[in-house]
Amino acid sequence: MIVVVNAGCEGNQSMFNPQGPAARSIAGFGWLLIGISIAVYVAVLVALGWALVRRRRPDDDQPATTSRLTLAIASAVAVTAATLVTLTISSEAVGRSLTSPTGPGAITADVIGHQWWWEFQYRDVSPQDFVTSPNELHIPVGTNVVLKAQSRDVIHSFWVPNLQGKRDLIPGQVTSVWIQADKPGVYRGQCAEFCGHQHAKMAFVVVAEPMDAFLVWIRNQRQPAVEPATGEQRRGRELFMQSTCVTCHTIRGTDAASRVGPELTHVGSRMTVGAGTLPNTREHLEQWVSNPQQVKPGIRMPASPLSRDDLELVITYLRSLR
Amino acid sequence: MEHAFSREGVPIERVEPYPDEATQTRLRRELARTWYVPRGVIGWFSVVDHRTIGKRYIVTAFAFFIFAGVLAALMRLQLAFPENHLLNPDQYNQIFTMHGTVMMFLFAVPVMEALGIYLVPLMVGTRNVAFPRLNTYSYFVYLFGGIMVVVALLLNSGPDAGWFAYVPLSGPDYSPGKRSDFWAQLITFTEVAALAVAVEIVATVFKMRAPGMSLNRIPLFVWAMLITAFMVIFAMPAVVTGSTFLLLDRLVGTHFYNPAEGGDTLLWQHLFWFFGHPEVYIIFVPALGIVSSIVATFTQRPIFGYTAMVLALVATGFIGFGLWVHHMFATGLPQLGLTYFTAASMIISIPSGIQIFCWIASIWRGRPRLQTPMLFVLGFVAIFVLGGLSGVTLAAVPFDLQVHDTYYVVAHFHYVLLGGAVFPLIGGIYFWFPKMTGRMMSERLGVVNFWLLFIGFNVTFFPMHILGFQGMPRRIYTYPAEMGWGTLNLVSTAGALLLLAGGALFVFNAVRSYVTGTAAADDPWHGETLEWSTNSPPPVYNFLHIPVVEGRSAMWNRSDPAPVVTGIRTDCREVLITDVMDAAPVHAYELPNPSIWPFLCAVVTSAFFVGSVFTPWALPIAIVPLAITLTGWFWPKRPTRDLPTREAASPKLREAEG
Repeated sequence: MIVVVNAGCEGNQSMFNPQGPAARSIAGFGWLLIGISIAVYVAVLVALGWALVRRRRPDDDQPATTSRLTLAIASAVAVTAATLVTLTISSEAVGRSLTSPTGPGAITADVIGHQWWWEFQYRDVSPQDFVTSPNELHIPVGTNVVLKAQSRDVIHSFWVPNLQGKRDLIPGQVTSVWIQADKPGVYRGQCAEFCGHQHAKMAFVVVAEPMDAFLVWIRNQRQPAVEPATGEQRRGRELFMQSTCVTCHTIRGTDAASRVGPELTHVGSRMTVGAGTLPNTREHLEQWVSNPQQVKPGIRMPASPLSRDDLELVITYLRSLR
Repeated sequence: MEHAFSREGVPIERVEPYPDEATQTRLRRELARTWYVPRGVIGWFSVVDHRTIGKRYIVTAFAFFIFAGVLAALMRLQLAFPENHLLNPDQYNQIFTMHGTVMMFLFAVPVMEALGIYLVPLMVGTRNVAFPRLNTYSYFVYLFGGIMVVVALLLNSGPDAGWFAYVPLSGPDYSPGKRSDFWAQLITFTEVAALAVAVEIVATVFKMRAPGMSLNRIPLFVWAMLITAFMVIFAMPAVVTGSTFLLLDRLVGTHFYNPAEGGDTLLWQHLFWFFGHPEVYIIFVPALGIVSSIVATFTQRPIFGYTAMVLALVATGFIGFGLWVHHMFATGLPQLGLTYFTAASMIISIPSGIQIFCWIASIWRGRPRLQTPMLFVLGFVAIFVLGGLSGVTLAAVPFDLQVHDTYYVVAHFHYVLLGGAVFPLIGGIYFWFPKMTGRMMSERLGVVNFWLLFIGFNVTFFPMHILGFQGMPRRIYTYPAEMGWGTLNLVSTAGALLLLAGGALFVFNAVRSYVTGTAAADDPWHGETLEWSTNSPPPVYNFLHIPVVEGRSAMWNRSDPAPVVTGIRTDCREVLITDVMDAAPVHAYELPNPSIWPFLCAVVTSAFFVGSVFTPWALPIAIVPLAITLTGWFWPKRPTRDLPTREAASPKLREAEG
């Protein structure tokens, strides 16, 4: 059984592949729980097996045997109770260490859940420096990041198993959770509370990078969209602005300013399309914009009415928004 | 007409020797005439007999079990491969919602209550449940509720917000249409039915036990049903309140759950889980009673530690109400508060542990016969203990925050519900089938059935623990191939097909045995409790004479010839009412005859519930017909008859007990 359990440690969304202090202490505690469970399970099954195969003796119904059995049961109950008390106390201890961050200086970000995508906002410098990053949370390595979580519609749950346990996003409330990554990497997260049609495809990535790389990223994100550099891109932008795209999306520096769907100011720089559903390649972006209902049936974004050639131009423009 | 009552004015006495053959035959004829089961179409709807209603309940519940099992198989087929397109997300969401809803509300709770309806009167030695017409009403309300939600699913209006229907997802803004309303009304249907059965069981156990069956002699199964009934009475009102608030939010625009108008989304979760966690024990506690019945019979020893067992059941009933927040650990409640619920969730494993230890001690001391029912009990221990242990791990907040809402939880509760309740239930069906039908189930098929289910179960659900560790969330209709969850999901699906085959074999064995099985003796297993003292299947009046109980194991402590109660009228449906503590006779009480009114009342109630999915006017419109049917139902007819005072009756009884 241990071998089978061990097999569970691999994989990019495994709780037993911790990459930060919070997930690491949970994983350690998890191994303790699993170890105790296996020991108790084996003990109970051995006792049951022995009870089944033992040879009956004539004194089995004697009062002396009864009191021995009672004593055995009482001892087993006492051991159970002691184990449970120990577990409760250690659960409380580990739990406390998870509620508030320890260690060097924290930065904060907001997590906002939408059906069925994520929005991460950085607002701690000044209003002009406001950054919103759909479906991609960038954090500096080795730093506490405190996340204030809220929801715009139904309940979602923020979860990056490699870094931390879950925290629900509850409409009308602000909940908080902190994460920290030990080393640079990309960690996958996924909504963990059933939130309707596309709960299955409401994923995101956490990009942990060294502090200077993080600062470069955030400085870039603060910039408005780059101006088109080629004629194709310019034509693509015109088509975008004339199409229904603008009723939902924002591209800062242009007239598109609706906040219904994810902001697209730097869409070309992002790793995925469709909230962690597809890698952000040209083909996938094209597939997504032309008919998102095929990739993620039931979402709010309709299929694009653009012709094949126009779509190509729009995609070219979007890919240039880095 | 014999009015043995008139004999010296004292109705209770020991008859020794038994009445002669001719008297017995006459008594049988009179009782059969009085306790008749009505025939014909109207008769079918008028039955008030607990065995008939109990069997209908069991068969209906198993039909829903098969239905929800097929839904589960569809889900497993969809998840067998990454990015599978067998079901679209809309279908998948309806199917997983219906799987959970049907299993919990239309199978698990009703089937356990159904066993109680059938067995409790037989085990406590009386002729029917305390409120027979309420029993009939309960069955039809349950049946109509189930039909409503299945029809809704087939019309593509199946609930799709999960069996827990969290707001705001299930609320007016995010679930347009009528899907969530059908869900909310299904809750109302099943809760009304469940509450009706619960009060019957409490009244039957408290007031209708055979003389001599004092509190400390009640069979463990009956204790389990009694505690379950109390849990139903305290838990169900919370969810009925919750689902009614939901319906009002959706139907007339109240804002109980709307934070924008001062409502609260978490209120729903508290109301739902205040019911939802005890619900687990409402399903599981009767199963503990089944296990005790089977272990006692198949080791031919009374269960070791009766008092500890009863106290453990009572403790489970109480502590079960203190756990609900462990479903809400991720909502951001304060850490110290959570620790209270961690402690409570850990503590509840102590009573379960005590029972496991006592069963092992009973097996240790007895001479276990490994026939099918006992195999299912052993399978139960092997599966349930693992589920209990994973439950302990879930009680620890930090660990729960990682595995909450993953397949680890799916594995856990299938281990405790399928392993902890369905395995004993199927064992119990093998055990009581001869009593219910007068025929034995095939033992050879039974053994194959057990191994199919046991292996199928573990192959299906064990890999889910690992999937949970690997981060696979629940309630997703598909997953990307690169997550690496494909292999274990495929294994799990293969196991599910084995389980399905096991279920089919069970149904086949039951149907075949019902038609062609070998005839069962009255007491084929040499059982411990009173149901084995009567015929298989029992006559309409259950017992020729109300028995007098002489010890904790009613059948094994019986003197020969056994003392019985006489003086109960045979020309009307009279039963003996005894007191709560000692089961000393208090008075005789006439139960009602068959009647069509409870059925008509159930029809009106159901029309009202379904109507209120669409319009609030259903309530004022339904009031008049409801009043008419209730008036018909309760039209007075029954005089009760006081027995001579308890003091006068009791010495006679004590004498009878020797």
